[in-house]
Amino acid sequence: MKKISKTTKSNFITYALVIVAFIFCQIWLKGVIPGFKMGKALRGQMVPICVYIVMAISLNLVVGISGELSLGHAGFMSVGAFTGAVASAWLLGAFAMENEILRLIIAMLMGGCIAAIAGVIIGVPVLRLRGDYLAIVTLAFGEIIKNVMNCMYFSLDGGRLYVAFNDPSLPGKMLIDGPKGTKGVSTIASFGMGFALIIVTLIVVLNLINSRSGRAIMAIRDNRIAAESVGLNITKYKMMAFVTSSAICGMAGALYGLNYSSVVATKFNFNTSILVLVFVVLGGIGNIRGSIIAAALLTILPELLREFADYRMLVYAIVLILVMLATNNPKLRLLIDNIVGKIKGGKHSAKEADKA
Amino acid sequence: MVSFLTYLVNGISLGSVYAIIALGYTMVYGIAKMLNFAHGDVIMIGGYMAYCAAMYMKLPVIVCVLFAMVICTLLGILIERFAYKPLRMATSLAVLITAIGMSYLLQNAALLIWGSTPKSFPQLFNFGSMKLFDGEMIIPGTSVLTIAANIVIMLLLTWFTGKTKMGKAMRAVSEDKGAAELMGINVNQTISTTFAIGSALAAVAGILLCSSYPNLMPTTGSMPGIKAFTAAVFGGIGSIPGAMIGGILLGIIEILGKAYVSQELGDAFVFAVLIVVLLVKPTGLLGKKIHEKV
Repeated sequence: MKKISKTTKSNFITYALVIVAFIFCQIWLKGVIPGFKMGKALRGQMVPICVYIVMAISLNLVVGISGELSLGHAGFMSVGAFTGAVASAWLLGAFAMENEILRLIIAMLMGGCIAAIAGVIIGVPVLRLRGDYLAIVTLAFGEIIKNVMNCMYFSLDGGRLYVAFNDPSLPGKMLIDGPKGTKGVSTIASFGMGFALIIVTLIVVLNLINSRSGRAIMAIRDNRIAAESVGLNITKYKMMAFVTSSAICGMAGALYGLNYSSVVATKFNFNTSILVLVFVVLGGIGNIRGSIIAAALLTILPELLREFADYRMLVYAIVLILVMLATNNPKLRLLIDNIVGKIKGGKHSAKEADKA
Repeated sequence: MVSFLTYLVNGISLGSVYAIIALGYTMVYGIAKMLNFAHGDVIMIGGYMAYCAAMYMKLPVIVCVLFAMVICTLLGILIERFAYKPLRMATSLAVLITAIGMSYLLQNAALLIWGSTPKSFPQLFNFGSMKLFDGEMIIPGTSVLTIAANIVIMLLLTWFTGKTKMGKAMRAVSEDKGAAELMGINVNQTISTTFAIGSALAAVAGILLCSSYPNLMPTTGSMPGIKAFTAAVFGGIGSIPGAMIGGILLGIIEILGKAYVSQELGDAFVFAVLIVVLLVKPTGLLGKKIHEKV
């Protein structure tokens, strides 16, 4: 029998984890086991959890694999959400496409395409910069997208789509009403589709990471000059990671936009970008499985903390700081590694100590 | 022409607030090499402290300002001691997330203490306004005060970093932490002092900001914080004159953009200018060029 490589095994665990979690949630949702049925508040969180998992994976591709700190990923989500909402209404209005699943898929693809175009436009200038300067420019682009989206007006009149910038007088039914956001969206997003999107994202991202291009991207992250000197095209590979990530964000955004009857542009602000970044950092930079777990847990956490009512965001902040301190302080880290090493046996502890 | 001048003065006044906040960002970045995202929320705390001192304790204006500055200084030192110091050796992303956690913490603590309804900031400074061109152009007293405060702070900081022992230690630590330590400089104490100064400046900025825009909420500090951070990068992060120039330019661009281009797109305009500047000068207006070692 052929020996399975370590990465294949790790990827397999990731897929298995997602699939098992999905089946578990389905049982929980449908209430197959009597007395074990998901509460209403949590049920409403299922699609957002999927969206945030996908967002976290795609941001991890930029932050972890490509090594560029992006603080504006909510912008791509916003582009996707608005495109998705318009596309879905247009498909229904102009082509009478009643099939919800087909409409959702096409809306998501369109959201992904437009977000990818935005990714190219933003990526070309942004990726010339480095470090904190790159971070601030992505932040700036995120804010610009938010402001521009706040001035966009879309309407549908008898199958014809009207677009205006900063001018609310459009004929027909308003789809996007400037600062009031999307209006009267038919909420066709479903948990099953969220799961499908996670799987597609995983296939795309994990295959990209383990491909020749992925290794090139990581080589550039680790040492740009060395990578350049062996003939890697820096711009090409950085763009590849950035645009893939923005396209996935756009798809996640479309799913998110079609989950609520109304979404405003200011929802996708700096705080949302930061929220996703927190998932990525807490899950482990460059660790896809970690991102998935962190995104799921941290989206549920505020729900679980509901009994603390007003204190829940305060508790969230304290937990966040404590976790960062616990995982990054060298002294505590050494202590934890030693304990883990003792449990696992002497073989590992030496290696872990070396790392610390 | 008169309206243009009015906008310009408003812009310089707003820019002065950004500049004072940006000084805090830039000093901390220069020394600790970290983006202190909680800085914007220290501004908000400064505003609330002055509000409490003026409304509940009925203290005189100067005491209110000093009270807010002392509390914010202590807060800055505490934040540094408990949240950032243990992470001195950690990756910059870990510190960034901790700073964001701190920002959430301050915002939500303020939300619990003072509630989410905006508080109307009292008129602390009751100067008349300056009238120019036969009363056609009116400059509010707070604008003059803000600009004056900005100039004073700038001069003091320049003197402090250039002439005093502590200031020299700060510059040494920001150049090379290891070498500074070998020269007998207490690096930890220097970093704490930087945080203290930055936070005291944040308190001043908070009071000035609320005097011009008297709406005090737990989220008051976040957007000015982000913009001041932008200003610091704009001028070249780590450089004190850079933060000053960046802040003032940003204020002018924002007010003029809102007046002449579009009210809704004013912020977008600010960020667009930032992007253009960074594309031409990748380390900001006065930033040092980063040399790459092979």
